[in-house]
Amino acid sequence: MAELNTGGGDGGGKKVRSKKSNPGVDLTAMVDLAFLLITFFMLTTSLAKKQAMELAMPDKTPNIDKSKTTPIPQERMMTVLIGANNKILWYMGKFETPTIPPTEAGFGKGGIRKDLLKNVEVAKAYAKKERTYKEGDGLVVNIKASDAASYKNVVDILDEMAITHPQLYAIGDITLGEIDLLTKSGLYTAPAK
Amino acid sequence: MTAMCDVAFLLLSFFIMSATAKQPEPKAVDIPASTVIDKLPEEGVAVITVGGEDVFFTMPVAIREATLKKMSAKYRIPFTAEEYKTFTSMEGFGMPMNQLNGLLKLDAARRNAPETQTGIPYDSVNNQLTDWVKEARQANKEWLNDRIANGDEKAKLKDLDIAIKGDAKENFMTVKKVIDILQDQKKNKFYLVTNLRGENF
Repeated sequence: MAELNTGGGDGGGKKVRSKKSNPGVDLTAMVDLAFLLITFFMLTTSLAKKQAMELAMPDKTPNIDKSKTTPIPQERMMTVLIGANNKILWYMGKFETPTIPPTEAGFGKGGIRKDLLKNVEVAKAYAKKERTYKEGDGLVVNIKASDAASYKNVVDILDEMAITHPQLYAIGDITLGEIDLLTKSGLYTAPAK
Repeated sequence: MTAMCDVAFLLLSFFIMSATAKQPEPKAVDIPASTVIDKLPEEGVAVITVGGEDVFFTMPVAIREATLKKMSAKYRIPFTAEEYKTFTSMEGFGMPMNQLNGLLKLDAARRNAPETQTGIPYDSVNNQLTDWVKEARQANKEWLNDRIANGDEKAKLKDLDIAIKGDAKENFMTVKKVIDILQDQKKNKFYLVTNLRGENF
């Protein structure tokens, strides 16, 4: 950089040695930034591929050969009803004669997952006592979403299936009786059209 | 110190160049999260995007032109060579057939503007989504058969995979309608696109 040499002409005899300290530029900040950027790009390019959850629906053909399908005992059948405002109502057994009466639950670890894990154990124990027991028999879950349920609600329940591992799960159609039950429990309001 | 700095910048350049540019989508949806780690397959997947009760369809590049040709024949709507090229370059679209010519004449900026594309009809009276999915599956089968006939070893005959990319806040009945449309075509297995999250929720 240009230096201002004002005192240069005076005192010619004196030997003035100006201390020139080399100003070094500290590059630590730039290297830090470079590493931050690397870490950012490393993480984002691997996250670019979206996760996908596989969903298999049963065939929609109307002819179900009753002789070939073994009926599932209602003691291991759980029905999960999804109402409005992220509310769940579940029961075990048939709608008319539930083995565990309709119970309200919330989403997540402390809610429906606790109930699911308990029922998975109960169903496994029950299945072991059956004559036709096969390895892997256990809880069968029927997921019925009302028209007030959001897509996120259903994906959350499917996620719970992936976490709690029942024997089988399926997405079914909700019945009018079940909608009534939800309305009476205050967990359902018909969505505005 | 200089050497480390050099290595750092080399790595940085590598990652920047290997990052793929994101294609503009016709509809931005906020997908839900799940704990499932399995990734969406790289190729051979068509995506049905559902948001705000509108449906958009994205096909793999290789079958776009063939599918449009089939739809053109089915609906008796002709397209020019230019329009075929534009269609092949579009990453996902959502327009009724009769308005597709108009859409393909617009430039990219106006095509991807928020309100331009109104979605593919999927109601029982005018179910164009069924036709799009069916023709896409057919085009995919023909494309794979061509590749196998030409001796491509990596080609295996399999049905086009369908993934549903739905907005988290979407009413489930809308997505159920799309699922019903797929089931009517005997497509009973499909993917739901989600973000990743831990089990603590």
